[in-house]
Amino acid sequence: MNQVLMQTSMNIDNLSVQIGARTIVQDVSFEITTGDWICIIGPNGAGKSSLLKALAGILPSDGNIRVNDFDLNSLSHRDRACWIAYVAQTPVIPPGMNVFDYVMLGRTAHLKMLASESAFDLDMTTFVLDELGLGEFANREVASLSGGERQRVTIARALAQASPIVLLDEPTSALDIGFQQEVLTLINELRKEKKIAVISTMHDLTTSGIYPDRLLLMANGRVQVAGSATEVLTEENILNHYGAKVRILNDFGRPIVVPTDF
Amino acid sequence: MSKTHATSSTRIPPLWWFACAVAVCATILIGICVGAVGISPAQTALELLSHIPGLHIHSSLDESDAAIIWDLRFPRVVLALIVGSMLASAGSAYQGTFRNPLADPYLLGVSAGAGLGATLEIVVFESPARWSLPVAAFLGSLVAVSLTYALGRSSIAGRSASSLVLAGVAVAALLTAAQTLVQQRNSDKVREVYAWILGRLAIAGWSDVLMVAPYVVICTIVLLRYRRVLDVFAVGDEEAVTLGLPVNRARAVIILAASLGTAAAVAVTGLIGFVGIIVPHTIRLIAGNSYRRLLPLSVIFGGVFLVFADVIARTAMSPSEIPIGVVTALIGAPFFLYILASRKEGSLI
Repeated sequence: MNQVLMQTSMNIDNLSVQIGARTIVQDVSFEITTGDWICIIGPNGAGKSSLLKALAGILPSDGNIRVNDFDLNSLSHRDRACWIAYVAQTPVIPPGMNVFDYVMLGRTAHLKMLASESAFDLDMTTFVLDELGLGEFANREVASLSGGERQRVTIARALAQASPIVLLDEPTSALDIGFQQEVLTLINELRKEKKIAVISTMHDLTTSGIYPDRLLLMANGRVQVAGSATEVLTEENILNHYGAKVRILNDFGRPIVVPTDF
Repeated sequence: MSKTHATSSTRIPPLWWFACAVAVCATILIGICVGAVGISPAQTALELLSHIPGLHIHSSLDESDAAIIWDLRFPRVVLALIVGSMLASAGSAYQGTFRNPLADPYLLGVSAGAGLGATLEIVVFESPARWSLPVAAFLGSLVAVSLTYALGRSSIAGRSASSLVLAGVAVAALLTAAQTLVQQRNSDKVREVYAWILGRLAIAGWSDVLMVAPYVVICTIVLLRYRRVLDVFAVGDEEAVTLGLPVNRARAVIILAASLGTAAAVAVTGLIGFVGIIVPHTIRLIAGNSYRRLLPLSVIFGGVFLVFADVIARTAMSPSEIPIGVVTALIGAPFFLYILASRKEGSLI
């Protein structure tokens, strides 16, 4: 809990990810502080998901990832998980597991391997469920929930993990526009209230311009452009890196990306 | 905001424990009573209780009936309890770490590996020490489970539930063939090995119980202590890592414990299949998928199941006995097909 309230900053310096002989992510550097939301955009195969997986410790990486001057790659899985939580693009939903138990998995990093959850862990789980309005679902099977409810449950698991940095891989890709908005608003409120640093990937360019503070446009494993939505979402950038012809409309200072044929 | 009243569904309600205790006691009584010489449950209970110091209960059994209970049936029942609980809990543990509901010591080739290991030891050393059989079986089972896992992982179809089982079937076939070859080349020892393969529950004595018990007790304790970890495995390796679980280390410990326990059981009773599938799956239907319920209940009902299978084995075609592995396979194979047919698309990775 305390880590959430502390000011945390993460420095990523020259991060590279190699799978076999292929370099998937190359020389990525950026910095994020609690309360910020950085969104990674880019065409398919740009290395967005791999970058998140490297930060989460799923993929091995070269370069430096430092959180408050700790070298993240030298920490154990458990200590690392206390700093960083990860929500997968398509989370594995264990058959038959109910919402309460699923969210309580977030407490794993705070338990010794052979210990079982304490009263505190149970309270924490209850607290998070109530906070996200999931109390009524606690006894339901996760597999029986709708897409939007499921996404809230996976976010609840990340919150139960109580890590100051949360990685979200395409948090809205499986949702309709209503649920998309609901989930994004939720993430936006949480990062401000709880001082969480959020790093997400996102497919929809217009949506990516709404809440995040900064966008990183990745292509071919490298960050090509970084900055605010108006700086990154330009007709030229999107033509260069997506090969797509678009027009940028201005919606009260917010860029709207519209495909066009000329 | 409404307060959540739900709690975890991973704990076993106290009443269930009571039911478990009743089930085990009843199973022991039935296992002892049923047989060529009929002994009533009441007499059996009195005879058993009369040996508990401080109770001062007098048994009315004559000496030969008492001998049947103490030298023949009781050790056999206890051995079936121990071996059954080990096979069922090993099955649950493999299912959890491999995230594969079809994993079973027999289907993964673990039992065949244990069989080959023990056979090699019988053949190579003239008369090996009894305690060392489980060790040789253990080494064989480790080779088998590593082969199966490596093959199942690297298969073209990807790591699906069926590719692991297919790999297991292939490994089991290979190792069984190797075992047959070893036996053929050493025909003078075939009888000894063959008797052992068919299962020795029929001639079980207290020495068998003493030989297998330490291995099973230690392995079961290890597996039980990892029951929460097995629930974390349910979200898959990638997410489990980000939750803070040292996936590879935890999996290694669980597989070692499950394989050592299986090997010890196989070293005493021979190959008994499907217990690790039938028992955990029946429990899943009633108690849900959490390993925190599944594992303790597998320990209890694996034992109960094997005692009943043994009762069937020795009474169905009385006076001759059916090998117990035949009984479990007759129940287990259709059960396996049922799971295969009824599994939901996408529920297995």
